Amino acid sequence: MDYLVELAPYTGYVYPNETVIPWTVLIVVYPYLTGLVAGAFTVSSLYHAFGMQRFQPAARLALLTALCFMIFVPLPLLLHLGNPQRAFNTMLTPHWTSAIAVFGFFAGFYVILLMLEIWFMFRPYFVQQAQRSSGLAGRLWHLASLGSYDLSPKAMRYDEKWIFALAVVGIPAAHGLHGYVGFLFGSLKSREWWSSDLMPVVFLFSAVISGVALLIVLYVLSCKVRRLAVDLECLKGLAYVLWGFAMFTLVLEGLEFANVVYKGREGIEMIIEYVTGPLLVPFFILQFSIGALIPLIVLTYMIWRGTTGKALIVGVTVSALLVLFQVWMMRWNVVIGGQEIAKTGKGLLSYQLVLLHREGLLTAVSVAVAPLLLLWAAVRVLPPWEKAATVSP
Amino acid sequence: MKREAISSLLARRTFLRKIGRAATCAGAMVATGALGVTKKAAAKSESKPSRVSFPTKDYDWTKHQWAFGVDATKCIGCLRCVEACKRENDVPGDAHHFRTWVERYVYLEGDKRARVDSHHDPVNIEASGSEREYRFANRYQDAKVEKAFFVPKLCNQCTHPACVQVCPTGATYRTQDGVVLIDQKYCIGCQYCVQACPYGARYFNVRKGVTQKCYWCYHRITKGLQPACVEACPVGARIFGDRNDPQSPISLFIRNNRVQVLRPDTGNAPNVFYVGIDKEVS
Repeated sequence: MDYLVELAPYTGYVYPNETVIPWTVLIVVYPYLTGLVAGAFTVSSLYHAFGMQRFQPAARLALLTALCFMIFVPLPLLLHLGNPQRAFNTMLTPHWTSAIAVFGFFAGFYVILLMLEIWFMFRPYFVQQAQRSSGLAGRLWHLASLGSYDLSPKAMRYDEKWIFALAVVGIPAAHGLHGYVGFLFGSLKSREWWSSDLMPVVFLFSAVISGVALLIVLYVLSCKVRRLAVDLECLKGLAYVLWGFAMFTLVLEGLEFANVVYKGREGIEMIIEYVTGPLLVPFFILQFSIGALIPLIVLTYMIWRGTTGKALIVGVTVSALLVLFQVWMMRWNVVIGGQEIAKTGKGLLSYQLVLLHREGLLTAVSVAVAPLLLLWAAVRVLPPWEKAATVSP
Repeated sequence: MKREAISSLLARRTFLRKIGRAATCAGAMVATGALGVTKKAAAKSESKPSRVSFPTKDYDWTKHQWAFGVDATKCIGCLRCVEACKRENDVPGDAHHFRTWVERYVYLEGDKRARVDSHHDPVNIEASGSEREYRFANRYQDAKVEKAFFVPKLCNQCTHPACVQVCPTGATYRTQDGVVLIDQKYCIGCQYCVQACPYGARYFNVRKGVTQKCYWCYHRITKGLQPACVEACPVGARIFGDRNDPQSPISLFIRNNRVQVLRPDTGNAPNVFYVGIDKEVS
């Protein structure tokens, strides 16, 4: 029987129907991916909307990263649905009081926005390639340029205006998309662990740090692969952004937890038992200590000492990897953690992660890795590092 | 020759006209069909029917206001209600999917908090010998029991249902006569409603890929019958009826007792009214 793998062992008293955990590891992957998108887009906007020149080396990579991850955002949801073939019902007859009803529209709008911005940015490159190549490749490049070959200064200024406008509109779109994910959990009154007004804000800030961290790792990695020197100014800038937002995230998460404990509403005994028991390692040690405090300390030390060169690259990259891990643990502790505390307020459940299952570990890892493979292919078609051939503000 | 040409021209013209007409008819049919589907799909999220009698010809859902009562002081924990419900509604026959279940609250001497169990408890499953046999194990026979009682649970068919609020497609909706239904052919199986229900009343049917729950045997009550669990209860612990009728069992039950609902703080405004439950019941 398929569902037997989803049965959760429990202690205390839980409702009989609760013994099957509804949202699995795939629903952990989903907010993780949207968070990475929002964060990566933030970096690209720092350059494209606010003109911060130091982020230029990573800005285009950021935009491609956002698109590649965004394309895969609906996948964990579709894999989770009991009737994925009916997924479009949410768009055909959206029930507007539901947070999920807006997802399709929001995601669709955002993907189009990203594609438009990327098209404007790479249009000179398309034109250049179309003029250079012949045969099928030439035709494809021609198609990609949509026949718009005008590269005069006037046309380029027009393109720049579009890129700026899209970057500006994209900020509320990306952050709205992720804030909505936080609302999805925070607005549920049935679970004390989720039901928090701070939830969307916590999700947003952790999204930004995860995206910035991902970009740091991808940027350093791309430089290593291409045997180029890492632009230290850019890396340092990313480290500052990471530090600032990581500080906010830590404070907000601390405040949220303090709120739950301080209010001490019905069922708080169970929450305390949970966080000091099964959640002790994932929450306090993995998420807060290793994932949040260590990178903050390392980054603070490096900023204070003015570390530079290889030490800076290694320090920032390691911090970024730890932040990526922190945000993953945060998503896990929210999504799975919330369901492990029984609605009865009298028991705890234990989610069983299996390897081979439609919603198992292998599926989750595949969905999380797929955007990276797409990105690997995307940078081959649209090299984000070729400065001359693209529009810059 | 000329005449032949004219006649063949005429034949061709008639033929083309016929094809044209057929195509127009087919086009119109497809168009009205598509329009019909769209209208039907759009109607899913609306709870108001266009016809007066709904959902069946001889049943008008605007004429009733169903409600449910539970007298916990009468319940003996025999679980005939659970069995009747499982059979009547084709509920998965294991200890993890229930439309109605019964909780047992026991205070042993010196206990400050109740010990709670239900049919999914391994001790109870072992005692009955199967997940399909519903029985409470006599686990406290050697202990000194200070206070003990049973509490039947089922969907509260809330006036402000959190499950309906979060459904992204409108597959789950509240009827005019006060029952929350799920359209099994429209549910996408996201399980957001399972999360939103504070009472644990909903479960996910993995084989059908949709969420299911108790709907007070809507197929029976719209035909003038009682819900299966009410009919099976040997002690009258479950009371069902129409609040629009002041002499119905449920109206009398609510009028003659001090009733309470589960978790009023959620703002869901449940419609299952309890008598004889304790502070720990939620």
